[in-house]
Amino acid sequence: MRFPSKTRSRKIAGAFYEGLCAGIALLTLVALAWLLAGIARGGWGTVTWEFLTQPPDNGMTAGGIFPAIFGTVALTLLMILLSLPLGVSAAIYLTEYAGPGMAARVVRAAVNNLAGVPSIVFGLFGLGFFVLFIGRGLDAFLGEKLLFGQPAMLWAAATLAILVLPVIIVSTEEALHAVPASQREAAYAMGATKWQVLSRVVIPQARSGILTGAILGVARGAGETAPILFTGCAYYLPRLPVAQIPGTPIWMINPLDQFMQLSYHVFIMSTQSHNPTLVRPIVFGTALVLVTLTFLMNLGAILWRRRYRRLREQARG
Amino acid sequence: MDKGIPLDNSLAGGRHPIVRLRASEGLSARRRRQALLDWLVEKYFAAAGGVAILFILLIFMFLAGEGLQAFRTIDPMRFIGAVTENVITEQTEFTHTWQPVSEVPKYSLLPLMAGSALIAIPATIFSGLVGLACGIFLSEIASRRLREIVKPGMELLAGIPTVIIGFFILVSVASLVQDVFHTTRRLNAFVGALGVSVVIIPTIATLVEDAMRAIPREIREGAYALGATRWETIRRVLVPSGMSGIAAALILGMGRALGETMIVLMVTGNAAVLTFDIFKSIRTMTATLAAELGEVAQGSEQYHALFLVGLVLFVFTFFLNMAAEIVISRMRRRLRL
Repeated sequence: MRFPSKTRSRKIAGAFYEGLCAGIALLTLVALAWLLAGIARGGWGTVTWEFLTQPPDNGMTAGGIFPAIFGTVALTLLMILLSLPLGVSAAIYLTEYAGPGMAARVVRAAVNNLAGVPSIVFGLFGLGFFVLFIGRGLDAFLGEKLLFGQPAMLWAAATLAILVLPVIIVSTEEALHAVPASQREAAYAMGATKWQVLSRVVIPQARSGILTGAILGVARGAGETAPILFTGCAYYLPRLPVAQIPGTPIWMINPLDQFMQLSYHVFIMSTQSHNPTLVRPIVFGTALVLVTLTFLMNLGAILWRRRYRRLREQARG
Repeated sequence: MDKGIPLDNSLAGGRHPIVRLRASEGLSARRRRQALLDWLVEKYFAAAGGVAILFILLIFMFLAGEGLQAFRTIDPMRFIGAVTENVITEQTEFTHTWQPVSEVPKYSLLPLMAGSALIAIPATIFSGLVGLACGIFLSEIASRRLREIVKPGMELLAGIPTVIIGFFILVSVASLVQDVFHTTRRLNAFVGALGVSVVIIPTIATLVEDAMRAIPREIREGAYALGATRWETIRRVLVPSGMSGIAAALILGMGRALGETMIVLMVTGNAAVLTFDIFKSIRTMTATLAAELGEVAQGSEQYHALFLVGLVLFVFTFFLNMAAEIVISRMRRRLRL
């Protein structure tokens, strides 16, 4: 009898290759864990309350990273304010208006292409378009000497906003697709116009999906370095990028100021410092803060998305 | 009725003739107002949809506008190489170097392109193999529960900021690699390719998984009915059927690898010399831009040369993205039939 033994060898070979695939997949998770553990171990001793709340000191070799944390939060806030309305609107166009025609295909191709543009090219574009073209143009128009035409948080946020646009568009699209067609049809049957259906039925139901997209976008934007290299990031800034609104006691983020940022801080301190070994603990600490921020945001978005996907499946039965 | 519609309220100021009809509000007037609102809203959303196209065009125009000006002052031959005098042998020779800040600026793009290729090609091959295995595992082998652990793990890996990966390689992996391979340079193209792989493995794995999942169930069932084991089905039926999706994943991964900036800037050693040795220090197009654009005077010769590098980079990745787009849409159409 040769058949059974051949079947067995085929099964053994199959099990071997399947095990190989599983092993490789698990190895990537091990790599992730190794990376996280390495950063955590290196930064654990550095991250204290003082480290989080104090500015750098002693020529950047001591002190904390508070300005970088503040700058990162302010920058991503400004970015999402610019990016979210545009991204959600574009996604609404794609799912609700465009249909399967040529126009939709071109827009979709452009969105996918935008997602693949190298981040440093966004930096180049931000410098050329926002800082030099729009900024200098505004200065010339308003008769200012140099107000808008220099690297600033506003331009960095605008550059990042274009970069995260595809992230927001894709997740909003997914959220809109998830709203059952029957809901729309019921609203139409009651005489609602298209805009009424959208604003009162579709968008409210897609809200949590849109929120997920916004969080993913913020996490992505907070970790990017290349686009802000030339558009507003500062190596060291003795003050926070805030300004008092004239005539009031209210302080607000000043989008025309430069800023410090966590990922840029990691980059510059690990490569350009004149005493790399002395500042290494600071870099590890900064890296740990940055990783924790982005990791938690991504994890939150993933868990949240999984929850509402499950709810949706249950609703469908 | 009017409460929930923001645009409606702004129109109620009475600037538009149709809205002014409101005083003598009848059913038909209200309908017309709603129709107008609907029309305006549609135009607004269409405009928002066009924004992605606008930005792609703007990026291209700005890079081309600044980059092509480099040809006004720099002879095109100098982007390939230049005749220089060797300081040691004192003989003239034709060299390929990128050295914009020197007595005679040298603008050869070849070392930068070779550097980018030396990162992108090995990274694509390595992460192609790993990503293929991960994609197959996620779509065909893993149980639902295992998948729900591995998949978020991949997504989290994709969400780690690249500067963190660069830093981690700089402080620990690079020395490890040097100990294993006994290289003369601690920071070299191999280490860079390794770091870039970490970034693109999740991309490739996700796309491969999507491609495998798009294959109809009947094809799997047909293979099982013929007596194939699960692995034989994967190997002989599913991988060939999903080949175009896998190809698209590799193309997109390569585009990402070409565009990756922070990792290669931090760990490849930044030596802009023409080499094809993966254990030598190199410098990619992206790293050159990141390192030099901050210190260059706007409108200078080097400034335009750098934008030209950016243009080359953009065009490369644009064509890779378009190729992947076409392959994927073909596959979708074929599978739907």
